[in-house]
Amino acid sequence: MQSQLSLYPDQASNFAGSVDSLMTFLTLVSVFFSFAITAAIVYFFFKFHRKKPNEVGVPIHGNMRLEVAWIVIPFLLAMVMYGWGAVVYVEYRQPPKDTLDIYVVAKQWMWKAQQPTGLREINELHVPVGRDVKLILASEDVIHDFFVPAFRVKMDVVPGRYNTMWFRPTKVGRYHFFCAQYCGTNHAVMGGWVTVMEPADYAAWLSGSTGAEADPVVLGEKLFVERACATCHIGSGLGRAPSLNGLYAGKVLLADGSTATADDAYIRESILQPNAKIVAGYQPLMPSFQGQLTEEQILALTAYIKSLQSQPVPAKRAGTATATEKK
Amino acid sequence: MNSPPSSPGHQMPREHYLNASYGIRSWLLTTDHKRIALLYLASVTFFFFVGGVFATMIRIHLLTPTGYLVTPENYNKLFTMHGVAMIFFFLIPSIPAVLGNFLVPMMIGAKDVAFPKINLLSWYIYITGGCFVLYSFSTGGLDTGWTFYTPLSSVYSNSAVTPAVLGIFINGFSSILTGLNFVVTIHTMRAPGMTWFRLPLFIWAQYATSIIFILGTPVIAITLLLAGLERMFHLGFFNPALGGDPILFQHLFWFYSHPAVYIMILPAMGVVSEIIPTFARKPIFGYSFIAGSSIAIAVIGFLVWAHHMFLTGQSTYSALAFSLLSYLVAIPSAVKVFNWASTLYKGSISYDTPMLYALGFIGLFLIGGLTGLFLACLGLDIHIHDTYFVVAHFHYIMVGGAVMGYVGGLHFWWPKITGKLYPEFLARLAAVILFVGFNLTFFPQFILGYLGMPRRYHNYPPEFQVLNVMSTAGASILALGYLLPMIYLTWSMRYGKVAGPNPWPATGLEWRTDSPPPAENFHVTPEVDWEPYDYSNRPDLGLAAPLAPSPAPAHGDD
Repeated sequence: MQSQLSLYPDQASNFAGSVDSLMTFLTLVSVFFSFAITAAIVYFFFKFHRKKPNEVGVPIHGNMRLEVAWIVIPFLLAMVMYGWGAVVYVEYRQPPKDTLDIYVVAKQWMWKAQQPTGLREINELHVPVGRDVKLILASEDVIHDFFVPAFRVKMDVVPGRYNTMWFRPTKVGRYHFFCAQYCGTNHAVMGGWVTVMEPADYAAWLSGSTGAEADPVVLGEKLFVERACATCHIGSGLGRAPSLNGLYAGKVLLADGSTATADDAYIRESILQPNAKIVAGYQPLMPSFQGQLTEEQILALTAYIKSLQSQPVPAKRAGTATATEKK
Repeated sequence: MNSPPSSPGHQMPREHYLNASYGIRSWLLTTDHKRIALLYLASVTFFFFVGGVFATMIRIHLLTPTGYLVTPENYNKLFTMHGVAMIFFFLIPSIPAVLGNFLVPMMIGAKDVAFPKINLLSWYIYITGGCFVLYSFSTGGLDTGWTFYTPLSSVYSNSAVTPAVLGIFINGFSSILTGLNFVVTIHTMRAPGMTWFRLPLFIWAQYATSIIFILGTPVIAITLLLAGLERMFHLGFFNPALGGDPILFQHLFWFYSHPAVYIMILPAMGVVSEIIPTFARKPIFGYSFIAGSSIAIAVIGFLVWAHHMFLTGQSTYSALAFSLLSYLVAIPSAVKVFNWASTLYKGSISYDTPMLYALGFIGLFLIGGLTGLFLACLGLDIHIHDTYFVVAHFHYIMVGGAVMGYVGGLHFWWPKITGKLYPEFLARLAAVILFVGFNLTFFPQFILGYLGMPRRYHNYPPEFQVLNVMSTAGASILALGYLLPMIYLTWSMRYGKVAGPNPWPATGLEWRTDSPPPAENFHVTPEVDWEPYDYSNRPDLGLAAPLAPSPAPAHGDD
């Protein structure tokens, strides 16, 4: 925890340094202009103070060279700020490959995180130091925002869609995370702690507390049967709906001729709004599961579908010709 | 104060707009723009007081990390109602509807606005909207945040959202009609000789503001109505469970609510552009650049709204475009600041109260504007978005900027409105108290925000306490700074010294008639044959002849 006198929080991720450098640059530019303009005003204020009650000022109407200068110079400085800020933002919005993916579900007023092994935490998040971590964020109700000041990162958690954020922890320790988007009564207590651990400690922590009942693949498979998904989505590809074997992360050919990538968002949409994207060669028969599955159940189904990667991909049939073609 | 050269004991004019007729009906049915301005003055002051009480309670509550005063529900209601009262019912109407109504016709030499009855209707619409909102406040309150983000407001909130959104919807028509009235008035009712480039800069600012009123307000009105319909009838506009898009609400909301910031700040910039040349007794530096920058702000201001949404998951390209546009809108504001500062160069500067407010405005607006660059910076916004940094930034703009401009303007035109002078020493003291109290309240919040304290928190980790206590201490000074003018301005209406027509003296047309003005504003329709803020060719002001302008180019920007 930082001391009470510090001007910035702990620096504990790959973004902390670049955000703080931006902050320093903008602060220096701002302090320079604030002092320069304030000094000019204070100086004029006393220097040109009215000496006689009926005195008037010198009628100066303007100066074109000055006007151009104070349009062009601030513009150039602003463009530097813009460009530098854009570089940091673009890096933040494009997660690297091979991240450690953790699902985070927000609801009024708690955070549930699910590690790749299925281990679940509430208002806690454990991550290994030095590893690129990607959070896939979903909300059960209103808009929330996952904010870790020590990492200098945040992202809104919007109901009805997945947002992602990423960071690479650089310092072992425990750091606050907060909900930054106002979400109702207990918004201020909807937070917790991120624990950054040495990779070995993280692995030990993971293996020390996992359980099969928590495994999202198992839970997803159970749901897949219970909700009768399995009646149409037959692995052999001969059912009324496309086989899901080998689907994840591949390209899907749609009835309108376009293609889509079968990522988390695609799977989520296909469950909740099945008619939004119809796979080529199939009829729009699937009912919507809107309102019938929690975000966590959808994540479990997604995990199960992901686990079908290793299953044999069925022979091509009708419009599914390229449906399961791998990237 | 520097009394004008020829100030014999002034007499109040025998007949003026305040004593032209008597009785409650003569006020509630008036179509005189000056009386309507006073109706607005009373009503926005009421809402300022309501919002101020909520603010005081917020700051007392945040003295301790666990919260000092109220439950979480009530804390959320306090900051929501503070925002709604201050933004929709004080800040937006303050300068346009009070000072604008009083001054727009007088400054251009007209007898009234173009549509006097519609002007009165605007006030009644405002009062109706205000009643709906007060009903919401007093029957369950409102806890959605002034931003009304969906689906929190349209589905999950248990507070009185429906009357509040209806109140703001209704109030919107008041803004639209005021904007329409001003645009038509400025186009069609200027006195002979009052060309566009002889208009006072306050008029340019009001004109730019009116454009935003007319183009922006319908969007917020319909957006909040849609949220209300979703709440009442479960129509799926914004709720994803019903097929809606919660982010669509934010686009629509900020399409108005970002330009609304310019509704608040542009008129204050107009006030400052009047005060500075008057108390420096010289023409404003770069008139056409200040006038043009008002229009530029109004136009570009419509193209920056999605900078409130960099972290909603919007596309990276969209964020890149909106960040760029946000930087562009900063340039015309910077141009204004440089020109104001340069106007002081070789002036004849007095320390009168309005000047203190104008210079205070520049200082606070400078910090508010520069910290806007931080928030527009994509990489930095990842960290400071939705923290106290944002709270500090927009209070520097809205309170440090807009309210300082409004209070400064009230002091500047108070002698014209009431015919009386206020006690100068107290007024200067209040201006200094406001400036100090404001900075102590809000500067610590920049640091709090960078340390990571999110907005709208009823409690907080203990490491944030020191800065919160500083902020609360500042707020108590700030409150004193607001109470003082309320007291001595009211006192001066009865006991103040008689001001005379032009106590400063200023060059505008409104100062060429009695104080207070007659009901028809001018005894004779004025004709304008001088440039704005021209002290060189105005023997009627009784001032000395100016020195010739120095041949060397002015260098005032440092």
